[in-house]
Amino acid sequence: MSEVIASPLPSTEDKPRRHEGGADIVRIGGVQFTWPGRNPFTLAIDGFSLGQGERLLLIGPSGSGKSTFLSLLAGIAKPDAGKIDVLGCDIARLDGAARDRFRAEHYGIIFQMFNLLPYASVIDNVLLPLSFSPSRKRRAEARGGGRSEAARLLGNLGIEPSLIESGNAASLSVGQQQRVAAARALIGSPEIVIADEPTSSLDRNRQQAFLDLLFTEVEAAGATLIMVSHDESLAGRFSRVADLAEIAQASRGGRS
Amino acid sequence: MIIVRLALQSLANRWLTACLTILSIALSVMLLLGVEKVRTGARQSFADTISGTDLIVGARSGNLNLLLYSVFRIGNATNNITWKTYQDIQTNPDIAWIVPISLGDSHRGFRVMGTVPEYFAHYHYRRGQPLTFAAGAPFSDLFDAVIGADVATQLGYRVGNKIVVAHGAGAVSFLEHDDKPFRVSGILAKTGTPVDRTVHVSLGAIEAIHVDWQSGARDPTKAVSADDVRQMDLTPKAITAALVGLKSRLAAFRVQREINNYRQEPLSAILPGATLQELWGLVGTAETALSAVSGMVVITALLGMVTMILTTLNERRREMAILRSVGARPSTILSLLVVEAGVLTFLGVLAGTLLLYGALMGLQPYIDRTYGLHVAVDPPSADQLKILGGIVAAGFLAGLLPALRAYRLSLADGMTVRT
Repeated sequence: MSEVIASPLPSTEDKPRRHEGGADIVRIGGVQFTWPGRNPFTLAIDGFSLGQGERLLLIGPSGSGKSTFLSLLAGIAKPDAGKIDVLGCDIARLDGAARDRFRAEHYGIIFQMFNLLPYASVIDNVLLPLSFSPSRKRRAEARGGGRSEAARLLGNLGIEPSLIESGNAASLSVGQQQRVAAARALIGSPEIVIADEPTSSLDRNRQQAFLDLLFTEVEAAGATLIMVSHDESLAGRFSRVADLAEIAQASRGGRS
Repeated sequence: MIIVRLALQSLANRWLTACLTILSIALSVMLLLGVEKVRTGARQSFADTISGTDLIVGARSGNLNLLLYSVFRIGNATNNITWKTYQDIQTNPDIAWIVPISLGDSHRGFRVMGTVPEYFAHYHYRRGQPLTFAAGAPFSDLFDAVIGADVATQLGYRVGNKIVVAHGAGAVSFLEHDDKPFRVSGILAKTGTPVDRTVHVSLGAIEAIHVDWQSGARDPTKAVSADDVRQMDLTPKAITAALVGLKSRLAAFRVQREINNYRQEPLSAILPGATLQELWGLVGTAETALSAVSGMVVITALLGMVTMILTTLNERRREMAILRSVGARPSTILSLLVVEAGVLTFLGVLAGTLLLYGALMGLQPYIDRTYGLHVAVDPPSADQLKILGGIVAAGFLAGLLPALRAYRLSLADGMTVRT
């Protein structure tokens, strides 16, 4: 990013909870956002910050604005007001194309389900972010090339080698698909990994296994993890647990 | 580029609908090009039929009618011109040659034309090509016939075969001149003109077979045998029309006026080229209508493609969201869909063109035989290439419709993956 604006938040913005981890990688302040449409949904975030290397579990029932929060954090949605500093850059002030580039460079994203392009091969699904991000591509090249890096991650995440090259994404089980999605989110070592209920489609045993693999890889990559879930039983594994309702105020049917 | 590969894989994943879309575009393009081919083929065929003849003279009638029956063997003469008038015209100092023709009989659906041996020397077609004999020679005996290439191949005739001429121009006739059979003396080489479907006999022979006929039927009381008729005076009393060559084409309008003002008999003289233009003016409306219809069919096919892409859009929102999540811009998604539409259209146009040429090559002999239409299998003209390019461009443009919708959806969906 050419325009990296290091703008510390005003001192009046308090940081709710102290946490382990390094310097703040994300700082959000005074954000207002409304989904347009007949039933507008508004989310307001007064203040939120996240330290480097943290593993945050964000809890909240459905409809509490989790998806909107993640959209704002990932730069897919642009706030009407406020600041979203990520890695020292206020992405709220970037234009759409710059936010897309920023997302490609710095984020790995895992959805709840249907993460993969069903017609593409497993390896192509994993390699996808590299074609949008020069720096992630460079990092993958430095570790021996995109394909071998993809194969290494997939191997670590327990995908059999036979599936990696020849496997079609549509032929995988849900658990396998989520692990491939994790490999895609991690390839090229982005700084931030966002996971939107990645385990909700898995049974309990698989949930644990998936999280074990995800945590190991996130740690190896030195990434910061934000995971959203409505399942509080996972809380023990995270360095920080937050309720979205404490961070953001959602309201329907007009601006609050 | 992985994105291009993924776009193609996505298309391959929907191969059935994609193939049907390509097929419908291909068929519409085939129709459009085919109409154009037949149109230009017909014009070329007509224009190639007569060459080197400066004027055609017949009884007073519509110009088109005269041209159609005298050259194209379409329709019938309304009246004849007398032999005396013919001889009068012959004396015109501007005239280099004049060939009389006499129509009205047929042989198994092929028109029989009475004429003089000079016809074979003066009648030219396709930019001045003369008629040539594939076998045999012009008629030397009274009951000799020279047949066109199609007559020979379709009826399996060789030089020396006997044929019987029927009265009237219909395909089936119950009145036959079976008392005076003809001998095939020559077979003309293929010309791709109505000459191929004509039986040529001498003017005297036309006279001879009608000697004992009266008001359209044979009069048994006056029967004359084929041998006796040779002793009679067979100078025709009337002919149907005459083809005229001038010493200088500059005299064409003057001679035409002189003939049109001939006092003893109402006559029409036409310039074949100018009358053909009249014909094009007449059928131009129908051609325009045909082109418009085939244009509509192309538009329908493109709309079908847009519909196809639009209906797949919902199930592809997931695909869009995934691409957005890894950093694809909305404009990337827009261009993916535009390119998809363009590629489908391009493949359709390509397939349609290839199909048409395949069909042309396969059907050309049949069309030639059945309709006497020589449709040339030549590469598309510059204009046609422009039209094809225009269709591909229209395909890309049409792709904008679903693309803009996908663009809006991908902005509105944000991070949400809908199923």
